[in-house]
Amino acid sequence: MTLSFLIPAIILLIGAAAANVLRNLVHCVLALTLTFAGFALLYLGLGAEFLGLVQLLVYVGAIAILIVFTVLLTGGGVQGERHVLSPRWFQGFVLSVLVFLLLGYGITKSSFTTHAATSVDSYPVSLIGDRLMTNYSLPLEILGVLLTAATIGGVVLAIREPRQQTKESE
Amino acid sequence: MNSVQYADQIFVLLKQWLVSLFPAPLQTAVGILITVVTIICVFPALFAVTTILERKGLGRIQNRYGPNRVGPFGIFQPIADGVKALTKEDLVPANADKIVHFLAPVMLVIIVFLAYAVLPMGRNMAAVNMDCGLLFFFAIGSATEVAVFMAGWSSRNKYALLGAMRAIAQMISYEIPLMLSAVAAIMIAGTLNLQQIVEQQAGYSGILPHWYVFTPWGLAAFLLFIISATAESNRSPFDLPEGESEIIAGYYIEYSGFKFALFFLGEYLGMFSISAIAITLFLGGWSAPFSFLAWIPSYLCFFGKLVAMICCFIWVRGTLPRLRQDQLMNFAWKFMLPMSLFVIASAVCWRYAESWQRWALSLVVVAVPYLWLGHGMMNNRKLEQRVYRYAE
Amino acid sequence: MLAGGILKGLAVTARNFFESFVSKERLTTVQYPDERLPQIEATRDFPFLVYDGPDAMAGLRCVSCQICEKECPPKCIFIEKSTDRKPDAAGKLQFYPAKFNIDISVCMSCQICVEVCPFDAIKMDVEFELATDDRFGGLLLDKQKLAKSNEYYHRIHPTEANTVDGKLAAARAKVAAAAQPKPQVAAPAVAGSEVKA
Repeated sequence: MTLSFLIPAIILLIGAAAANVLRNLVHCVLALTLTFAGFALLYLGLGAEFLGLVQLLVYVGAIAILIVFTVLLTGGGVQGERHVLSPRWFQGFVLSVLVFLLLGYGITKSSFTTHAATSVDSYPVSLIGDRLMTNYSLPLEILGVLLTAATIGGVVLAIREPRQQTKESE
Repeated sequence: MNSVQYADQIFVLLKQWLVSLFPAPLQTAVGILITVVTIICVFPALFAVTTILERKGLGRIQNRYGPNRVGPFGIFQPIADGVKALTKEDLVPANADKIVHFLAPVMLVIIVFLAYAVLPMGRNMAAVNMDCGLLFFFAIGSATEVAVFMAGWSSRNKYALLGAMRAIAQMISYEIPLMLSAVAAIMIAGTLNLQQIVEQQAGYSGILPHWYVFTPWGLAAFLLFIISATAESNRSPFDLPEGESEIIAGYYIEYSGFKFALFFLGEYLGMFSISAIAITLFLGGWSAPFSFLAWIPSYLCFFGKLVAMICCFIWVRGTLPRLRQDQLMNFAWKFMLPMSLFVIASAVCWRYAESWQRWALSLVVVAVPYLWLGHGMMNNRKLEQRVYRYAE
Repeated sequence: MLAGGILKGLAVTARNFFESFVSKERLTTVQYPDERLPQIEATRDFPFLVYDGPDAMAGLRCVSCQICEKECPPKCIFIEKSTDRKPDAAGKLQFYPAKFNIDISVCMSCQICVEVCPFDAIKMDVEFELATDDRFGGLLLDKQKLAKSNEYYHRIHPTEANTVDGKLAAARAKVAAAAQPKPQVAAPAVAGSEVKA
């Protein structure tokens, strides 16, 4: 239980607990961002530099913003609350403890804890690139197809509106 | 070592000597502390110099003097500005979210200072020599968007929120051409480590340096990178989110006094760090421009290039009008993104061809899409009947 | 070329920047309290009273006819006529203003008082640095502050002052000529007038 595990773990837990119990939805999203940052610190502490930095880049930089936009567009950031905790905080807390116990049970019963961890100090990033292009090239191509589909979907959603508009105006 | 190397490594030697004064268990901590304190002193000083340089430079461009009352030629103006920022009343709107309102500028400044940890400011003078230094920089840069959102939302002001949304949309859109043009340099250098990227550009053929900006793909990538950098730091001509005549400071409308100074500091420091990355990736970092100038200490070359880039930013600010939001989004997605993909293709041609063919091929792969996309953007201004869309 | 407009713009601003250090037409700022632009002759700010001769109060051209007070649109002139008469610059006995106040916080510099004055006594001054921190009386100029000499008037509005001086001199000459003792042709003149009538 070294310090480099303890500090990110505490940050992470505080963020997750706050994301569960706070009333204002945008505060919850910001607490979730703190959780993502805690994850990134954990990865960095384990020596996975690339993964930690990509976690920051993708989760904190893009996904947190996405969730924020979603919350704002669906009217979640309503003002006027005076209480800090949501009215059903106890139920939320109980539910998250149950999920934690379930996951913990699943992890301890699996083979993760029986194999010794092969410690790598830190690997060069070029090794990841190498593996992606040789051993894991199929997942890479599938990811590419997925991203292309998402981009095309976004463009289609954005294009459809003006066409409907011009049809109505004719 | 001889005197040229001594002058070059003087700060490194100074730090080593200071660290050796402390007992062994404290030495790493003291080393880190010295580096951090140096960065925290040097870059805000550069910020102060930049504010006065900008105001006087813009003044001269606009046929007027800049500030010239405080001190000879106004050089003590930043001190006056600092005193003003510190003593101004700190207004927090009654409806604002106090904790988030307080944390937003703090978070912004922390994130921006973190980015300085990987910049190679001289030979052996990067604070942390990370293997994926460039990725660290981009990851930190994308975390500034959260701080911008926090600032805009916590003020409980529709215009601040609107400004924050515009700023985030602009930052996200311009991150892609930023990273893709950096990818071209990474591909040729073969590493994400910033020190190694500089070392690869530090060679000379004859008197000319091996900087990436002197290649066709490098020039295109450099231009794309600095345009995206200007947009990332919300700087004219991309400063619609904070335009004074549009939305009066946008997402930091409700901040006054020291918090406003922190936002201002954060914006300028972001500009410096991203210019420093542009210098590292394309302009050869701390290496001297010509081989006969190699005796100049590396940190002087680096800061000289940084000041030159700042002057270019000020020059562009004084020249170009502000872009409208839809114009800048169009520019990012319809011109810069395809252009950056072609720049990557051009870098590939450079890597796998030989002698004059690689120059010709990479030039063609960059120039043809530039002309084609450019004409495409300019001919899109068809005059059509305006369709009004009302919010339902 | 595609980005040509931007490059031309950058060249213009660079030229502006460098030339602002050498040529005055590129840096047109006049640093106000230290340098002032020369004012043109037709400048007008607030009225003042002209006096001839060395003594301000005795030489005031104003005879307190109060036409300017009545014609002033925002009514910023306050005149109190004197009860006695004193000789004016031509020697004729005239009233004079016991009090002549102009409230320059109200005055709108329309120059109507100047246009209607039959005695060329009130003219427009060119001084504008009249800001004061005395808000209850500082902007109310009285006779002492308003009286300025004819030489001063010549300095600020030379052509106008010359015209006025010429007119006044001609009027004085006519008065002096009419006051000459008439020649001894009274009888034929009377006879002639009797014949005509």
